[in-house]
Amino acid sequence: MIPDLSTRRSLQSHIAAPRIETPFHPRIAALSETNDWYTWSGYKAAHSVFDEELEYFAIRSTAALFDISPMVKYRIAGPDAERYLNRLTVRNVAKLAIGRVQYTAWCDDHGHVLDDGTLFRLAADTFRLCCQERHLPWLLDSAIGFTVDIEEETTRIAGLALQGPTAFAVLSKAGFEGMERLKPFQLAEYAHEGGPVTVSRTGFTGDLGYEIFVSAEHAISLWDRLWTAGQTHGIRAIGYAALNRARIEAGFIVANADFMTAETALRADRARLPDEIGLDWLVDAEKPFFNGRHAILEARRNQTLKHMLVGLEIEGNIPAEGAIVYHRKKHEAGLVSAAIWSPLAKRNIAIATLERPYGSRFIDDLWVEIYASRELQYQKMMKRARIVPRPFIKLDRRTATPPGLF
Amino acid sequence: MTSSSPNANTYDAIVIGGGHNGLTAATLLAQSGRKVVLIEAWETVGGAMRGHAFHPGFRSAGLAHVVNRLDPEVIKLLKLDTQALSGEPASTVVLSELGNPAILRGAYGETLEGVSTAEAAAFAAMRKKLMFQAGILKRFLKRRPPAIGKMKMNDLTSFAGAGLSLLRKGREEGRDFLRMLLMNVADVADEYLGDDRLKGLVAFDATLGIHLGPRSPTSLLGLYYRLTGEMNGGIGSQTIAKGGLAEAFEAAAIAAGVTIRTRCAVTRITADRSIATGVVLETGETLTAPVIVSAIHPQATFLKLTDPAELGTGFVRSIGNIRSKGNVAKLDLALDRLPDFAGVSEADLSGRLVIARSIDHVETAFNPAKYGEFSRDPVMEITLPSLTDPTLAPSGGATLSALVQFAPYALKDGWDAGRQEFQRIILEKLEHYAPGLGNSVVAARLMTPVDIEAQYHMPGGHWHHGELQADQLLVNRPVNQAAGYSTPLKGLYLASAGSHPGGGISGLPGLLAARHILSGEKP
Repeated sequence: MIPDLSTRRSLQSHIAAPRIETPFHPRIAALSETNDWYTWSGYKAAHSVFDEELEYFAIRSTAALFDISPMVKYRIAGPDAERYLNRLTVRNVAKLAIGRVQYTAWCDDHGHVLDDGTLFRLAADTFRLCCQERHLPWLLDSAIGFTVDIEEETTRIAGLALQGPTAFAVLSKAGFEGMERLKPFQLAEYAHEGGPVTVSRTGFTGDLGYEIFVSAEHAISLWDRLWTAGQTHGIRAIGYAALNRARIEAGFIVANADFMTAETALRADRARLPDEIGLDWLVDAEKPFFNGRHAILEARRNQTLKHMLVGLEIEGNIPAEGAIVYHRKKHEAGLVSAAIWSPLAKRNIAIATLERPYGSRFIDDLWVEIYASRELQYQKMMKRARIVPRPFIKLDRRTATPPGLF
Repeated sequence: MTSSSPNANTYDAIVIGGGHNGLTAATLLAQSGRKVVLIEAWETVGGAMRGHAFHPGFRSAGLAHVVNRLDPEVIKLLKLDTQALSGEPASTVVLSELGNPAILRGAYGETLEGVSTAEAAAFAAMRKKLMFQAGILKRFLKRRPPAIGKMKMNDLTSFAGAGLSLLRKGREEGRDFLRMLLMNVADVADEYLGDDRLKGLVAFDATLGIHLGPRSPTSLLGLYYRLTGEMNGGIGSQTIAKGGLAEAFEAAAIAAGVTIRTRCAVTRITADRSIATGVVLETGETLTAPVIVSAIHPQATFLKLTDPAELGTGFVRSIGNIRSKGNVAKLDLALDRLPDFAGVSEADLSGRLVIARSIDHVETAFNPAKYGEFSRDPVMEITLPSLTDPTLAPSGGATLSALVQFAPYALKDGWDAGRQEFQRIILEKLEHYAPGLGNSVVAARLMTPVDIEAQYHMPGGHWHHGELQADQLLVNRPVNQAAGYSTPLKGLYLASAGSHPGGGISGLPGLLAARHILSGEKP
């Protein structure tokens, strides 16, 4: 019943290869001035390329090219693929049209979130699931009793995120015809030398942007095509640090940064229900059964949800990363998991997890205690925090169709 | 013109599987006034108790040839006709190659024959100790396992009761209980006994039907389990199964108003968003009921009958991980005369005969099973059912039934290749203890775990519906999420040997499941 373990092992060859270089590595390494790398899912990925600050402004002012090849990707195909994914994930996959993308999450039997990610419907019975963590054993065990093939394609498929106001202009200039018709969360195939590429109008920046998937062997030619076309549109290669700023502004959460995924959390109380990390809106209680359904609905019914993920606006301009949130400056109420001074919103923003009833019943009189390290001395500040809706920024260009040709 | 009531296929409860646990649950539910239907795939109900002709004129009394734990409360509540269980407790004869068997009489050797006085005293001391400890465990076998994290008052009472009964015997007993609970049977036997025949017997009884050797850690649990059983008022007592027990259960069900449908397999349990709604039969009919009781193997219930889309991945994973690979083969022999076991009087032939020379014998018989091979010097339990129930054989003839282990379900070379050889080995073994037996064999029928699986729909051919080992007991039987007879599918309940307390002809899983359903958990 349970698939052979040696087969599983062979399907996860990444385990044996430390810090793999992505197919785009030669190009990014050549551009890298900071030589600043970090490990993303076993890959060597750029943390910054030339200047974190300027890279961020490339996202917001021109076009930024970010290597998303390390993002974990699964191809899920077969006659039962839709039924399989509907049981696996919390959203209704039957409502996901062909050529559309769904932001979604999946849980274990206890309703604890295993990961969030994006689900691409490439054809009626073919999907691609993109996420932060590896899940092959869980996906294979979930396939027991279903006619569905699951293949990890993380190394086979390279990916680029092209984000920023001129992203559409770059793609047009590069000769991707018909791109103007692509709506947010829509995907389509486009011709590229050697083989087609899949472009989706998605991203992690809250800006106008696209994600482009290509088979690894054609990765370099895709990079060159975009890079050449982007020269007159201010295209810049960027690292994660810049992207992280943009995603905080967009209010997106990152697995194992803003919440612990159920399989990586060592401490039992760290696992989270979707409602505890702001993903309640994904859960479709009316659709057929899915993993975690009972636990999630019961926690709602019994009001046993323990946490709550919120956006905070904090007075001043010192980022409150890692700060403890207090109620009435006295009672610990939670923790800030991500914070920046937002250059675009001109606000000091943060994403925080609060322990209910803070955030649910007690929403006023919240404070964060910021320790700013200033030349071997902490400057300790108690700053007023206000719960505000996410995203912190909203850009019309993100959704405008056709997009502007800046 | 035919008219059918619109509610013809609507019941208060549907029971899947006509084994004794299914029959027990169905009868108890019907007695409460519910409209109950029981669905059985085979021609007749009775499961492992159901007999069948294996040669013209010769019948096997069923897979279970010794009955040693049919719960008295089940008998009482079902108003079961116990004719099939009547008679003196059957003795156990531990055969000896030298023709001097050791004989246990009464309830698990209340008195012994064929052993020294000192050895008899040692056995009595061990028996007393184990009976006492098994008695503590028994408190937990007759009630629903506690739900971890949702302990109820009576769960605590039961723990307290167990603790008190330990303390009443003094600190020493409490310490000894905790010391021995997870020991292996070999060490315990060595501690008390000197006689290899008696050591071999307890090693055999502790491991029969379980994938453990006597020196495997926790193997004593199997013996405790055996000693929690009682028959006709004697704890540890046993009777040789006659035909008729299956019929008695069936009669009780019919008397309670259960509709029994045989030759009618369930193909699917229907469910919608975690609520079980009914079953689909192979005829294509759909029956609906707010309560569905599955008295078949938990793996068959969830991996064959239920759409995995209605179950959590973690749950399916743990159901798939239930260890349920049988190790016991059943041999039925048709004989043209009564066999002559050396040193065994004709009267004692009507009891249970055991071939287990020593602990080492049982252990070495187990060893090959670890590597997917059958034992070349197997241990076995033999009965001559036709002595107890003469209708099973033509006059002058006899039937012999043997449970032989170790015969692993997943035989490396497959049972098609191994069956003949294994049968030859068993017959040779029998000939060794009963010279001339080979010439009296009219017909032989060997059922390997693979055959038992096919014939009785028991995955792995495992009569306990899952290994009876520490990690698959109590709150983890069959798996934690379905340990208390309820399952993640509301309205679907488990009631087979795969549920607490486990296998053997006890009726307890059926009784406890029915009691749980009747206790008012809204279906």
